[in-house]
Amino acid sequence: MNVGAVFLWGFVATIVLTTVMTAAQGLGISRMSIPFMLGAMVTADRDRAPMLGFLMHLVNGWVFAVLYALAFESWGRATWWLGAGIGLVHALAVLVAVMPVLPGFHPRMASEHRGPEPTRALEPPGFLALNYGYQTPAVTVLAHLLYGAILGGFYRLAG
Amino acid sequence: MSGRDAAYPPIGDYAIIGDCRTAALVSREGALDWLCLPRFDAPAIFAALLDRRRGGTFAVRPTAPFQATRRYLDDTNVLETTFTTDRGRVRLRDLMPVASEDDKRRALRPDHAVLRVVEGLAGEVEVEVVCDPRPRYGAVIRSAEDRGPLGFWWTHGPEALVLRSEIPLRPDPHHAGVRGRARLGPGDRRVVALAYAHREPAVLPVLGDAAEQQLGETVRWWRGWVARCPYDGPYRGPVIRSALTLKLMTYAPSGAIVAAPTTSLPERIGGVRNWDYRYCWLRDASLTLRALLDLGYEDEARAFLAWTLHSTRLTWPELQVLYDVHGGSRVPERELDHLEGYAGSRPVRVGNDAGRQLQLDVYGEVIDAVFEFVRRGGRLDRTTGRMLVGLGETVCRRWREPDEGIWEIRSGRRHHTYSKAMCWVALDRLIRLSQGGHLRAPVERFSRERDAIRAEVERRGYNPRLGSYVSVLDGEELDASLLLLARYGWADPADPRLQATCARVHERLGAGGLLYRYLDPDGLPPGEGAFGIASFWAVDCRCRQGDIAGAAAAFERLCGLANDVGLFAEEIDPDTGAQLGNFPQAFTHVGLIDAALTLAQHLGQGAERTLAGPVGRIESSS
Repeated sequence: MNVGAVFLWGFVATIVLTTVMTAAQGLGISRMSIPFMLGAMVTADRDRAPMLGFLMHLVNGWVFAVLYALAFESWGRATWWLGAGIGLVHALAVLVAVMPVLPGFHPRMASEHRGPEPTRALEPPGFLALNYGYQTPAVTVLAHLLYGAILGGFYRLAG
Repeated sequence: MSGRDAAYPPIGDYAIIGDCRTAALVSREGALDWLCLPRFDAPAIFAALLDRRRGGTFAVRPTAPFQATRRYLDDTNVLETTFTTDRGRVRLRDLMPVASEDDKRRALRPDHAVLRVVEGLAGEVEVEVVCDPRPRYGAVIRSAEDRGPLGFWWTHGPEALVLRSEIPLRPDPHHAGVRGRARLGPGDRRVVALAYAHREPAVLPVLGDAAEQQLGETVRWWRGWVARCPYDGPYRGPVIRSALTLKLMTYAPSGAIVAAPTTSLPERIGGVRNWDYRYCWLRDASLTLRALLDLGYEDEARAFLAWTLHSTRLTWPELQVLYDVHGGSRVPERELDHLEGYAGSRPVRVGNDAGRQLQLDVYGEVIDAVFEFVRRGGRLDRTTGRMLVGLGETVCRRWREPDEGIWEIRSGRRHHTYSKAMCWVALDRLIRLSQGGHLRAPVERFSRERDAIRAEVERRGYNPRLGSYVSVLDGEELDASLLLLARYGWADPADPRLQATCARVHERLGAGGLLYRYLDPDGLPPGEGAFGIASFWAVDCRCRQGDIAGAAAAFERLCGLANDVGLFAEEIDPDTGAQLGNFPQAFTHVGLIDAALTLAQHLGQGAERTLAGPVGRIESSS
């Protein structure tokens, strides 16, 4: 595996993904904030949560970049459209499988079944994260397509 | 009021709650009729204040006819309304939760919330809840989405509003909101909580014990803030209520102070004098700053000065009349045609074109506020000093020009005496700061211009035939700003010219213990009320001229014109005592504090208007 490329392009791809999703927040398209949601897992401080969450998100981005790279190595090729394809699967997995169960392991997220409690008051994302706005799935898919395309387009196979 | 107007409560029937970023008005009937989110000048989500039908409201009240009495919990901005019906009594406590930074770190909490806690006191009373938010000043109607235990949701673009309630609610068939009822006996307590999220996942409002805890935290926070005020002189009650009200108009994230939390409450019912005051006027804010400094609130003063230095950078070395809470200099005025206005008072305006006016007195007020800050031990860095000197250069260059003046006359520029006098104040204070080593100003040139201004005002701003300073050079009119000349040290208060001016202003502008700001045509239909702060300036002036007993009596009479919870609008109808104009108005409460402290000083009761300790250092945000 080309560790240098994973490190560099994983970083770039994560920044682009975060930028797209943050821009969607700023434009009023979606209220989803992955840095805030991740940061709120480790602190109740609203000011610190987005900052800590951003660092966690960056690390996540690298971890996923390793998985993408492993896939490219196993196929013996890396192209932007292969990367985008993995990104699409990645996004769908996040939206369909991860988001609905997030309240189960997020210590500060309310459950749609039990409702909020004093220590669990963060809005849950719901199916496809639609609670954060009906365009959230489209934004999430677009961001992950770009993430994958960047990794696929710029990753060079080891050896 | 009659006909359609009858649906509108008097302006004085409202009380304010807030979280130092925005504020809500709650009526005596338990209706929250005004709330802009996420900040003072954002579009309103509840605007029944300006249109009963379209604006949107959030009410908690008995279903049967009732009498209501109100108060704020001591030394707080937590409003308590007690409703008495034929069958019993219930108490409603309204607040926007605030908390210390330590408390905030302990649990996630909504960025903005409104908490309404209703409790049965005696008998059995049926209480109803109606919540009908209308984003964008009522232009948007969204149906509530029921998310079960997560409450009712209204979403619009990046905004989400969440309502949770211990009183069961259901969608209202008559509008897009929700409605519910419950019977409360003695000791029965129900919480209704609203939270707002902007561009991020919402943090849901809590009910039950957690809500009680937030109420307790909010009460503690406000009492802790009041405890920082060392003032223990006469009229402490109205002074502290005024300070609490001013604090509610402080935009904590930037330190800006808005003139009022509302727009377009009319200066004459049914009239066109309806303006948007949800911005920071440098003049008002500078006077507010002085009042807060006088009361010992150095943190707020420092924050405001830092905001001033930051926000005026884009327009330096010119000062604009007003800015938004983050220092934005563009606040274009437009009319909201879809709203009928308070009691039919149209147009409803948002934004304020006064921002484009030239009001030369602002230079004097800002520089005098900085001077007061330094006089109390504050220090200026070199960049700030240069910036202030730049303002002085502008004064030297422009003081000969006509301007719109302190009253923002829209009928054209004139040579206002008060504006010239405040240009004199600006240069005088800069010279003194330079002589004290706080900044480096061209003292000789500033002195020359300062003296020229003084000569011009004494020659053309004083009318020997009237025996008074006059509103405009070579003019005959009078206005209330002339009462401030003594306060800014233009001359000794006992100076015959100032004494005579005070008397003439009273004669011409006085009405039933109140004072109009001016009575001459200003290009708009006549009929506004007496001006709140001008009436307090008259007390201040009278006191400085030695009539302590008369000033005290006038002050007490004025305080009696506040509404039942001690709040003042911009103006008061001299005939009926009704509050008029935007509400509550920082300027009027500043006048109250100033007059009370001047009285206390002259009564010798603990209001030495120079703080004991240093207030720190103000630095430019370069």
